[in-house]
Amino acid sequence: MEENPEPGEERQSCPTALDLQGDGSLQVEISDAVSERDKVKFTVHTKSCLPHFSQTEFSVVRQHEEFIWLHDAYTDNEDYAGVIIPPAPPKPDFEASREKLQRLGEGDSSVTREEFAKMKQELEGEYLAIFKKTVAMHEVFLQRLAAHPTLRQDHNLYVFLEYGQDLSVRGKNKKELFGGFIRNIVKSADEALITGVSGLKEVDEFFEHERTFLLEYHTRIRDACLRADRVMRSHKCLAEDYIPISAALSSLGTQEVNQLKTSFLKLAELFERLRKLEGRAASDEDLKLSDMLHYYMRDAQAAKDLLYRRLRALADYENANKALDKARMRNREVRSAETHQQLCCRRFERLSDSAKQELTDFKARRGSAFRKNLIELAELELKHAKASTLLLRNTLIALKGEP
Amino acid sequence: MAAEREPPPLGDGKQADFEELEDGEDLFTSTVSTLESSPSSPEPASLPAEDLSTNSNGPKPAEIVLDDDREDLFAEATEEVSLDSPEREPILSPEPSPAITPITPTTLMAPRIESKSISAPVIFDRSRDEIEEEANGDVFDIEIGVSDPEKVGDGMNAYMAYRVTTKTSLSMFNKNEFSVKRRFSDFLGLHSKLATKYLHIGYIVPPAPEKSIVGMTKVKVGKEDSSSTEFVEKRRAALERYLQRTVKHPTLLQDPDLRQFLESSELPRAVNTQALSGAGILRMVNKAADAVNKMTIKMNESDAWFEEKQQQFENLDQQLRKLHASVEALVCHRKELSANTAAFAKSAAMLGNSEDHTALSRALSQLAEVEEKIDQLHQEQAFADFYVFSELLSDYIRLIAAVKGVFDHRMKCWQKWDDAQVTLQKKREAEAKMMLANKPDKIQQAKNEIREWEAKVQQGERDFEQISKTIRKEVGRFEKERVKDFKTVIIKYLESLVQTQQQLIKYWEAFLPEAKAIA
Repeated sequence: MEENPEPGEERQSCPTALDLQGDGSLQVEISDAVSERDKVKFTVHTKSCLPHFSQTEFSVVRQHEEFIWLHDAYTDNEDYAGVIIPPAPPKPDFEASREKLQRLGEGDSSVTREEFAKMKQELEGEYLAIFKKTVAMHEVFLQRLAAHPTLRQDHNLYVFLEYGQDLSVRGKNKKELFGGFIRNIVKSADEALITGVSGLKEVDEFFEHERTFLLEYHTRIRDACLRADRVMRSHKCLAEDYIPISAALSSLGTQEVNQLKTSFLKLAELFERLRKLEGRAASDEDLKLSDMLHYYMRDAQAAKDLLYRRLRALADYENANKALDKARMRNREVRSAETHQQLCCRRFERLSDSAKQELTDFKARRGSAFRKNLIELAELELKHAKASTLLLRNTLIALKGEP
Repeated sequence: MAAEREPPPLGDGKQADFEELEDGEDLFTSTVSTLESSPSSPEPASLPAEDLSTNSNGPKPAEIVLDDDREDLFAEATEEVSLDSPEREPILSPEPSPAITPITPTTLMAPRIESKSISAPVIFDRSRDEIEEEANGDVFDIEIGVSDPEKVGDGMNAYMAYRVTTKTSLSMFNKNEFSVKRRFSDFLGLHSKLATKYLHIGYIVPPAPEKSIVGMTKVKVGKEDSSSTEFVEKRRAALERYLQRTVKHPTLLQDPDLRQFLESSELPRAVNTQALSGAGILRMVNKAADAVNKMTIKMNESDAWFEEKQQQFENLDQQLRKLHASVEALVCHRKELSANTAAFAKSAAMLGNSEDHTALSRALSQLAEVEEKIDQLHQEQAFADFYVFSELLSDYIRLIAAVKGVFDHRMKCWQKWDDAQVTLQKKREAEAKMMLANKPDKIQQAKNEIREWEAKVQQGERDFEQISKTIRKEVGRFEKERVKDFKTVIIKYLESLVQTQQQLIKYWEAFLPEAKAIA
């Protein structure tokens, strides 16, 4: 399946993209994508005048696992401990859509051929939409990396972008699983840290505030995500309901012999067109609201991860202080303890400064992304409502005008 | 009551029948002549003065003179005269003996008889249409409302009482505006009476709303939740539509039982309508027996019209059922959408509360408000989906069942006629045998029996012709009503959809500046 933007619909570069192409010295995009069986192959296209690359313009083909590899490379890297690592793109999931298509194929004999064709069209549209979304998610991930002053300088990123062969990370399922398991254990320890259960004293008001804020925010945005998804699904369901209604009205119209014939046929047409409008409205809600909430939920998690790292650094610093005191008391290995403590202190301060900047940026990024999406959402809702009104009014005029 | 009836002058076919009436019918023949001489003189109290003006327009000789009311009075009059049905109210003196030529076996299935008697009503119907259009809506001046459901009593003996209000200027009623309290079983009782009187002679009697043991039990038990209020509202609306359809029927409107239902403050309780009562079970058994019988009746349909119409109604039934099922799904999903939108609104509000970025926080709260209003909107739309669209479809599914019933009655009528012919044949053969065997006393008996069965055959043929005629008229009326009904409902429904969209526009237009205000 090729990535083909529908006429009139702007190419979804991403739900959150700001001016990520910033200074233009490193431009990344996913120029093509192909869906094969159960994997998606992304063509990553780079334009850059940076000296690290051997050419100024080049493409490679990457799969999802390689993106995860890149993400993990960043998160595991101590140098980036003070940065909010852009969240990894979610795994392409066509399962639900595929199941639906399969169920449709197995068929319900009570469905007419036209209805079947329409439902198939709907599902194919859905499949295409999911496909576009996954492309956008992967693209945004790369673009954020390319735009970040620190992250864009990473060697792994250059390898990812340029290395022609595959990165041999695909058989990583087991490792990923295991890695994920470890991560979860670490995460619970982090939760203890961040929720203050461990007794760690936060000295900085800014971070204290951020901690409380992010904890609550993350929970609530996750909630909002789930509920927005449900709204979107109901809305889609509703649009799909118009298919059998339109079909039944059409049959009624064809077999009527009186004035109701035209009425029913017009009504059938109306519902068919309303279905398309409702379907569009549902997709737009999905993109502008649902997707955005999902993205910022993941970004909020990445911010939380940053806070964990900082708190771990703080814990290390505190432990180093304690060790130094102990060493001074016993007057043994004072030098090494001092060095260690200084290292920890510097690391902690570096992290804190970086984190402060990152968190401030996060707030600004959030503000402008929500602004953009909410405006677009409102405008699209208005567009659809106006189109529906026009459609309905025209039909009413036609119906009333009949004898 | 009979005295008030003044049938209009007729077309040729009818005139002949009329003159064959007995003396007991003088009343009518005299008024017929009065009308012919001076159209404006018989001032029936029931009709407003303006209706008489149509008399002077009189384009066709004596046919298109009066409005629906009077024509229908007449129509009923002829039918009552010719029918031999004891259950009917004795409005006119019983059992006139119309002079009908004895039917010989060979002409039994003659199509020409059918078509001859049909031609008159066809003209009749057309003229009626024209008159209806001229009278232009002030014909059925009667409005019915069902309102104020009130719980009476406690526990399992409790019931809902509904206020039935009638507003009318028809003179057959004592007042212009009056109301009574009725319970659900009263409505069922009314329907039962009307069905017994009119269904088997070919009138499409609107079916009453369905019983619901589950729904009512909840109400009786006193559950004050939204599902029982919904149930009561659904029932109230259904009862209203039922009555409105019933009074629209010109023949049924004349029925005294209907009048009593609408007017009298006390109504004897209709006990036979209880679901599990003896009469209820008997009804179920009869219905089952009918179904079996229908399958075994092989009728020689000499009139393609009936076959065509039956097929049409069968198709219509199927399609309406499909549409109804789809609309019910729509209602369900819209309710779900409404619930989900409400839940989202709450979580958006919570998100707004915890949002750090002040301007964004405000915008999110606004979004939550918009979503809440939209949830309300979805609920209202679901309401319209159901009460306007879905209920119309289910009403018509049940109405078509009544239409099918009427066609079945015609088949049964034919069967009766056919059986009588067979029996007559047998009696004739028996007589012939007696003649040969030369047993004088038996011969006399045989002759008596022959005479008896000849009369039955004649009656059978008359009944069959009558029911066929009535059905044709009824189907014509039904189809007209159906077209009107559907058109009205479709327009109403689309208007509800327009309203929803306009509200959406309002809400999102109000939100847009809030979103833009995020700094």
